Amino acid sequence: MTTQAQPPVGRPIPTPDAASQAFFDGAKAHKLLLRFCPACSRWLAPASDACDSCFSDQLEWKEASGKGEIYTFGIMHQVLHPGFKDEVPYNVVQVELAEGPRIMSNIVGTPNDQIKVGMKVEVMFDVLSPDVTVPKFKAI
Amino acid sequence: MAHEAKSAIVGLGYSAIGKVYGRTGTSFALEAIKNAMDDAGLAKDQIDGLLIQHGITPCIGLGLQNAGAFKNMRLVNHMNAMGATPATMVQYATMAIANGLATNVVCVFADTPLQDPNAGAGASMFGARDRSNIRGFQALDLHYSPMTANGGYAMGARRHMALYGTTNEQLGAIAVSVRQWAQKNPRAAYRNPLTIDDYMSSRWIIEPFHLFDCCMVSNGAVAVIVSAADKAKDMKSDPAYVMAMAQGYPGNEKRAGDLHDTHTGARIAAKTLYAQLGVGPQDIDVRSLYDCYTYTILVTLEDYGFCEKGEGGPFVQDGKLGPGGSCPTNTGGGELSNFYLWGMTPLSEGVEQARGSAGDRQVAKHDLVLTTCQGGFLDYHASLILSPNATY
Repeated sequence: MTTQAQPPVGRPIPTPDAASQAFFDGAKAHKLLLRFCPACSRWLAPASDACDSCFSDQLEWKEASGKGEIYTFGIMHQVLHPGFKDEVPYNVVQVELAEGPRIMSNIVGTPNDQIKVGMKVEVMFDVLSPDVTVPKFKAI
Repeated sequence: MAHEAKSAIVGLGYSAIGKVYGRTGTSFALEAIKNAMDDAGLAKDQIDGLLIQHGITPCIGLGLQNAGAFKNMRLVNHMNAMGATPATMVQYATMAIANGLATNVVCVFADTPLQDPNAGAGASMFGARDRSNIRGFQALDLHYSPMTANGGYAMGARRHMALYGTTNEQLGAIAVSVRQWAQKNPRAAYRNPLTIDDYMSSRWIIEPFHLFDCCMVSNGAVAVIVSAADKAKDMKSDPAYVMAMAQGYPGNEKRAGDLHDTHTGARIAAKTLYAQLGVGPQDIDVRSLYDCYTYTILVTLEDYGFCEKGEGGPFVQDGKLGPGGSCPTNTGGGELSNFYLWGMTPLSEGVEQARGSAGDRQVAKHDLVLTTCQGGFLDYHASLILSPNATY
């Protein structure tokens, strides 16, 4: 009897849904899209359903500068999902974007012990599969 | 002018708590309620209110009134402000009693996140979570990290460190002080000595949190019974009078300028709470604070004004939170070392201290006991000032 090799388990690749399709389409085209309330000229996090100032749900998708800084971060040592078994310790950050919203992400290309609060970063795009690309950030 | 008590906690009951396997939330909850009724000297037919909360697992709910055959209830609800809920249940019970809706209200919390590791499943509460149906932005966050609450609080602590110079040694001083209290509590899960070196050499969970920055997970239930203040002296046990009560919810815009990670809803609640008695932090004798993480104690001490914002690290570093210190805090060992049943951990120890039943760990002067409950990622906060005296 032959045993079939197990495929390598990596980080879970997100599957877009209706609410996030435009965001993932943007990422695939290497654009970081945020929600934008035209009535308030207010940028909102990608997952926003409505403007948190005027409560309108008439939001647009709008390309952000991709620039920001690290608001805070952690270095994760726990393996809470099998896809991260070979990743620990890895960073998880909150990036405060130049447009205002803070979003969760990862920093690519900077050793864990050199990541600092306040570090200037810009978006890059991690191609996870032919269908799915996700925004991450690198130091500038 | 003397301030009168708003209500009294007349009964406190614990179930078996900890790595207790093979029991349901209903079983734990009814055991805790029975012990609370015995503590108060109340029979079941004298209970006419039931406020219910479950923890990580949805192990109890409105069905508890049937499971315990509570008849002719006048107040029942399933409550949720996450970890803040136990203090809020006492508050809603107090308001209901003052308005004639009920007389003796049970507030109960139960949780069963731990499974027997010898029964095949891991003891971790996260091990069995099925994430295969997660889509969209939730799945994007999972790709970045499945970090749970550990990550949210760790990143809050990191922000505090960056702004104010707070250190791991200072967070560790909190863990050490709380453990010293736990050594005086026969109920506490962790009573072995903990040194700052033990803390610093313990494994990372998510930096900047070591293992000993994080609370444990427990199975079990706690119940308290709230009654009118003027009925309390007729009960079997000494009461803990509710002298002040407040809530605070800061909102989190997750946007530039928002101070959520370092400034909590406790700042809102503190103003309400202190104003009700005309007191300030200098008047508080004992603190029983929600301590899901060491950092939660640090930021709560700041937000209740025991030290200035940003000074929490130096404030705790000399061990003043521990036995014999000038700022006795989490005298039962807290969620870090005693047990973790959400807001029932600080509430139960607040009751023990206020009524003077805390044994070897009893603080001599306990006229005003600050009891705080915290939920979400610093999203939900509620607090009480408890006292052995019906007036202040």
